[in-house]
Parts: sequence; structure tokens; C-alpha cells
Amino acid sequence: MTAPAFTLKSAQFRREREEAWRELEGLLFRVDTRGLRNLTAGELNRLPVLYRGAASSLSVATAISLDKNLLDYLTALVGRAYICVYGAKRRPEEAVIEFFRHDFPAVVRRYFAFVALSFALVALGVVAGYQMTKADPERYYSFVGESRAQGRTPAASTKELRDVLYSGGKGQLSIFATFLFTHNAKVGMLCFALGFAAGVPVIFLLVYTGLELGAMAALYASRGLGAELWAWILPHGVTEIGALCLCGAAGMVLGSALVFPGRHTRLRNLALHGREVALLAVGAVVMFLVAGSIEGFFRQLVQDVGVRWGLAAITLIFWTWYFLMVGRKNGAQP
Amino acid sequence: MSAVSLAKERIHRVPTPEGMSLPFAVASVGDRAAAFLLDLMVIMAGTIAVWLVALLGSLVGLASVGVSFALLVGFLLWNFYFVHFEITGGGVTPGKRKMGVRVISRDGGPLTAEAVFARNLMRNLEFYLPVTALLAPGALLPESPGWGQLLALGWIAVFALMPFFNQDRLRCGDLVAGTLVVKAPAAVLLSDLSDRATVRPAMRPQPTGRTGPPPPPPPAEEFPFTREQLDIYGIHELQVLEDLLRRDDQGTLDTRVLEDVCEKIKLKVGWPVDRWQVSPRPFLQAFYRAQRAALEQKMLFGQRRERKKS
Repeated sequence: MTAPAFTLKSAQFRREREEAWRELEGLLFRVDTRGLRNLTAGELNRLPVLYRGAASSLSVATAISLDKNLLDYLTALVGRAYICVYGAKRRPEEAVIEFFRHDFPAVVRRYFAFVALSFALVALGVVAGYQMTKADPERYYSFVGESRAQGRTPAASTKELRDVLYSGGKGQLSIFATFLFTHNAKVGMLCFALGFAAGVPVIFLLVYTGLELGAMAALYASRGLGAELWAWILPHGVTEIGALCLCGAAGMVLGSALVFPGRHTRLRNLALHGREVALLAVGAVVMFLVAGSIEGFFRQLVQDVGVRWGLAAITLIFWTWYFLMVGRKNGAQP
Repeated sequence: MSAVSLAKERIHRVPTPEGMSLPFAVASVGDRAAAFLLDLMVIMAGTIAVWLVALLGSLVGLASVGVSFALLVGFLLWNFYFVHFEITGGGVTPGKRKMGVRVISRDGGPLTAEAVFARNLMRNLEFYLPVTALLAPGALLPESPGWGQLLALGWIAVFALMPFFNQDRLRCGDLVAGTLVVKAPAAVLLSDLSDRATVRPAMRPQPTGRTGPPPPPPPAEEFPFTREQLDIYGIHELQVLEDLLRRDDQGTLDTRVLEDVCEKIKLKVGWPVDRWQVSPRPFLQAFYRAQRAALEQKMLFGQRRERKKS
């Protein structure tokens, strides 16, 4: 008995549907190369219809066809169409506005405990650094590295220390500001990423920043320049330390999601929290930009202690209001 | 597209709202590394270009503006290049497009901006930090002893080499963002090999020794196969044969391979000795068609035979 010689069912099946697949392929190619806006309204309506058709073709083909090329083709086609049809389609400008008006302050509030913990760690560092340096000025050298100190050591005269606070210049300010912003933003982002190492390096980084600050405060206070130093630091420091604490909080959330997975699997829990706290780091980058501009321009141009204190107060009030009040009206959490 | 890949791939299945489970093949570490290197080259070229602009600016007296511009754009390039392209391109950067891979969300939902941020912020830990550590080991922990730096280096290496330690080739960023990098091949639909009467025969110069136009595909009756002869091979063998025939179509296959395979099949199925001399190509095409018909028919009745009887 010889095998049947009619056209295969799977070949017949393919002949009937191939045209629709090709149409979908063409639309996807245009979306990939020129974007979704390139399609007309009619084509946009066709897209989900064609996608569902191709998806059902794939189901049937897996059941009746042994043509490997056809199966591979359909799998790839349906996968591409799936991503195109169900992918996020929010306009970038809308997403940015939504981020600042709702998402960013909301996520700060959601992880408030970690943000508070970050602040506590920095504060702990400041107090410890201050007290220890006050008790023994020689300790200053172990808290503030040589490259950071730039001559501001116990060996320097009071006049030299004071000059640093009022050494405003007018040249190259934009370079200075950009450098500060990019440097700090990099540290902040690294702080977030380091959270993956169970959060330990993040805690170290936060406390160390505090120690440095405390040691410097103790040095200036010993020369009677304490208030002037804070007036020099805080106008940008409120924003900058706030941003660092947000990054630190994000890193610690990552670390704790990894160490204490709760009722999810470790992998799922990490992804759940990771996506949310990445917003903290992104928002912090914007805050670093603000801080860098204040430090690079304002601090160099304004020498008056009163105005400096004023700006520090304004930034403090602004950020407090922003994180506590903005974006509450939207009600339900996303 | 060259050969149909028959290699074992790891498949990640995504449930769709239509109730299907869509298979995505996990991208290999090699493809991903190549895509990353391509993107890195673009970033480096961009950085160099920006500093050249800054240099030109300083020549016309805009040094300060130029350097700030270069610092800022360089920062954006190094930190937000991937973010930008993965958000606007639906998980595809230029390098990824070139290598045919794309980022998807592991749970099958849309790839959100949050996830893209999360996975790319981790590059600080996975790439920038290890590179710093390798180029300048002293800069990492300046005041620690040598063994301390070595320990830190080993720790960092764990993060950098993460994709080698799990089956889905997830790097730290993928872990944190819940994403996965999959193959997104530009699959090409080739003609149906069983449908040869309706399509033109292979368009390629014939190999040495044969002249004249290629013979038209023979009617199936020229090679009558019996049920028993078609009861030997399974789906795997059929698809290997499909691969061979398609490569032959594209002219990337040595004719001797075709002859070898033809001999083996004739021996295996017990081809009658009095008709032993056949030309390989038409024989194999006819065999493929008959074999596929037989296996597909069996499949319709619920018998799916993966491999030949051993």
C-alpha cells in the first residue's frame, strides 16, 4: 500500500492563512522601524485582530504541522506581535509629569521607614564623628581622607579654614556645577546598586558620609566657625543629603528584599521591590542636579550667611512639603 | 536566514490573556555580551565626539560651556543610553537589535519604565564598578590591605558573572527588575517543502558534473513508499531532513552530504534493490513529503513520535 499523494493538511492550512501572517509581519516591521504612530487608524485596528489570528494559527500549527520553519516563524511572529499589542504605551512626556506629580513622592512615602532609617544612619555618623573628633582632633585624619580634606585639616589656620567658606569665584562655575552633579549622581546610583550586596555596603556608605561631615563640623566648631560651616553646607546639603538618603533607602530595600523574601519567592520579591525603588534612585538623580546647581552657582556667588540660611530653610520646607503632600489626591495606589 | 536551529534552547513561557503560553527562547550569554559591546562602542564614540565638540568650543572661546556640555552629555550617555533605547524601543537597543535579542518582562506584562530603570541602574554594580576595580584596584578601597582588595574583587566578580550562574542567564539587573533577555529572531517564512509542485524549484547553479536545467520535481508515485517504510523515523529525524533540504535550497550544503543521507535512508527503510539507483535530491524531497504526511496524520490521531525506533 502506498502513502497518500494528496496535499498535506498542514500545507493547506498554511496556504489559507499565509496572507494574514504576511500582513501582520509588514505592520510589525513598520512599527519596529518607524514607530506606532506610523500606522493609520485602520491598520491600528487590524493589529490586534491579526495578532489573535496568528496566535490561533500558532496553536493549530503546533497541533497539526511538523514544518519546523513554519513553527519557528509563527512563534517569532506571535511573540513580536504580543509585545507590540500588549506593550506599555504611555507617552514619554505624560510619564515624566506623572512621575513628578505622583509616582516619586508616593514611592518615598511607601518606603518611609527605610528613608527614615537612612537619615538615622547619616545622623548617627554625624554625631559620632563630631563627638569623637571633638574628644581627639587627631581622629579627624581617619574620618576625612586627604583628597576630601583639601587642606582643611586641624593643622590649617583658622583663616585658611574660613577662606574656604567664602572663596567664591566667578569663572568656570558651570564646569564646577556639572562636575558636582555628575559625581554625586554616580555615587547615588552606585549606592542603589550596592543594595544588591545585601545592603551592607549601603549602610557603610551612609554612616561614613555622616562621619566625614561630623568630623568636619567638629573641626570648624573648635575654631568658632560652626554656624558658618553649616550655612555653607546646608543650602545644597539639604537636597544632596536627602537624595543620598533616598538612594540609600532604595539600596536597603533591595538588600532586605533579598534577605527577607516574605511570602514570595526571593526572585519574585526582589523584582517586585526592585522596580519600585528604582524610581527612588531616578528621582534622586534629579535632586542631585538641583543640589549641584545650588552648590556650583549659588554658593559660589552668595557670601551672605543670612541668605545662605534662608535658602537652606526654603529647600528644607520645599522637600518636606513635596514628599509629604504632593500626589496624595490621586488616592488609590497604582 | 541560514539553517533552522535544532539546538536545545531554554524556553521561557509567557501566559497571554488569550490563554496561550507563548514560548520565548532565552538569549545566550554570547549574544548578549556582543550586543553590550556594540552599545558600548556607540557610547564611547559618542563620548569622544562630545569631547571633540568641547575642544572646538574652547578654540572659539567657549571653554567653560564646552566642558560642562561634555561632562553632562557624557554622564547622560554612560548612564541613560540603555534606559532611553529600552524605553522608546520596547526593550531593544541598537546593539540588541543587531544581535537579535530583546528585553521582556518575566511575568509577561508590558516592559515598564521602572523595570528598565532598575535593570540599567544595576550596571553600576555589574560593569562600571568591576571595570574600575580592574583598571585601578587601588582606587576601590584605597586604605585597605592587599588581601582586602582581593576579597572585594572576588565579591564584585560574583555580580559581574551572575549570568553564568543561572539557567535563564539573568544578570543582577534582570533579577532586580524582573526582566529577561530573549531571542527576537527576524524569522523568515520559507516555502513549504511538501508543496514543491506549486513553487519554483531551487534557483541556484547546479554543482559540478551536471548541466542543463534542474529536473522538475517528480510526482510522488515515482518513489512509492510503504506504510512500513514510513513507520521508522520520528519527528526529530524529519526536522533534521528539513534542515538539510533547506540548506540545499540555499546552496550552503555539500552535495555529498545529501548523497550520504540518501544512502542511509535507503538502507534503513529497505529500499528495493532493483531500484537502488536514484538521484538523491528528488528522492529525499519525496521521502520528506511522504514521511511528513505519515507523521502528521499520526499526530492528528494523537500519536506523536519524537524519535526513530531504536
